[in-house]
Amino acid sequence: MPGLDTTSTADISFMLLIFFLVTSSMDTDWGLPRQLPPPENQTQQEEELIVKQRNALCLKLSADNVLTCNDEPLKVEELSKRVEEFVANSTDDPTLPEMSEREVHLLGRCKVSDRHVIIVEVSPMATYDAYFQMQNAVVAGYNRLRNGLAQSQFHRTYTQCNAEQRDAIAMVYPQRISERSDE
Amino acid sequence: MKKGVFRRKRKREMPGLNTAALPDLIFTVLFFFMIVTHMRDVDLQVRYDVPQGTEVQKLTHKSSVSYIYVGRVPGQPADSFYVQLNNRLATMADIKAFVEAERARMNDDDKPRMTVSIKADRDVPFGMIAEIKQMLQQSFALKVNYSATEKVKR
Repeated sequence: MPGLDTTSTADISFMLLIFFLVTSSMDTDWGLPRQLPPPENQTQQEEELIVKQRNALCLKLSADNVLTCNDEPLKVEELSKRVEEFVANSTDDPTLPEMSEREVHLLGRCKVSDRHVIIVEVSPMATYDAYFQMQNAVVAGYNRLRNGLAQSQFHRTYTQCNAEQRDAIAMVYPQRISERSDE
Repeated sequence: MKKGVFRRKRKREMPGLNTAALPDLIFTVLFFFMIVTHMRDVDLQVRYDVPQGTEVQKLTHKSSVSYIYVGRVPGQPADSFYVQLNNRLATMADIKAFVEAERARMNDDDKPRMTVSIKADRDVPFGMIAEIKQMLQQSFALKVNYSATEKVKR
């Protein structure tokens, strides 16, 4: 009995391979993850409006994509630094947000920046790119602070920390961003 | 004597390359591709160019991600943007039904970490994004992801 001729098996599997190469995509999706607040009712919104002047950083993006921070124009490149200084308030500046002392798991008693609010107001005519760059800069500011704390406390970056350590750090520097639509 | 040498060379035959293992090799590559890739499940009808950011993260748990595309439609004016859900163009009002359908499709493990990835063009007016966000908020799909590519840090 002669052996089965398998020369064309290679061709057949090549064809399958090419089919899969064409129909599938390998792209991994990258992006900026954000958490939306739950839908709010009217009373809650009014309560939120009462924020002390020193605790608020008011970011506005106008229709022609100009960014203002507390009504002063600011470049997007400088925003992350500004956010960093604002949230950390390392020098106890009375014009920067109040810090409160709290017991934090793993870190002990330390100063926590849980009063600050970053208020974001974006004109509906601004482009998505401008909005995205602003969000990116704010997140960059927070990430740098969190990474700094993670390095000094746990000797690794924030993303390398375990969930417990991340929670502790996020408690010291919580992301408090409030988005308002002016309608 | 020389003649004899040539004669001997003529007789020697080159053995054929053994290709018996070739199909196995190709199959291995095939399986590799089948595992690391996923099928393209939507036909993109909108064209978009996502923004670039420095703080972007890789999206994990593909099965719990739904996509909303916002961009231009070829042949339409450049300043009009459209929303695409699944395979067709949609309106803002369709987003709620879309989220419900996506949620029903997911298994119980994925439901709590359901993420909506917004793939939007850079030039889309923010009002549109805000409207989408509002719709997502109302249907309690609170995890969003602004799709972007990574900018190389200098």
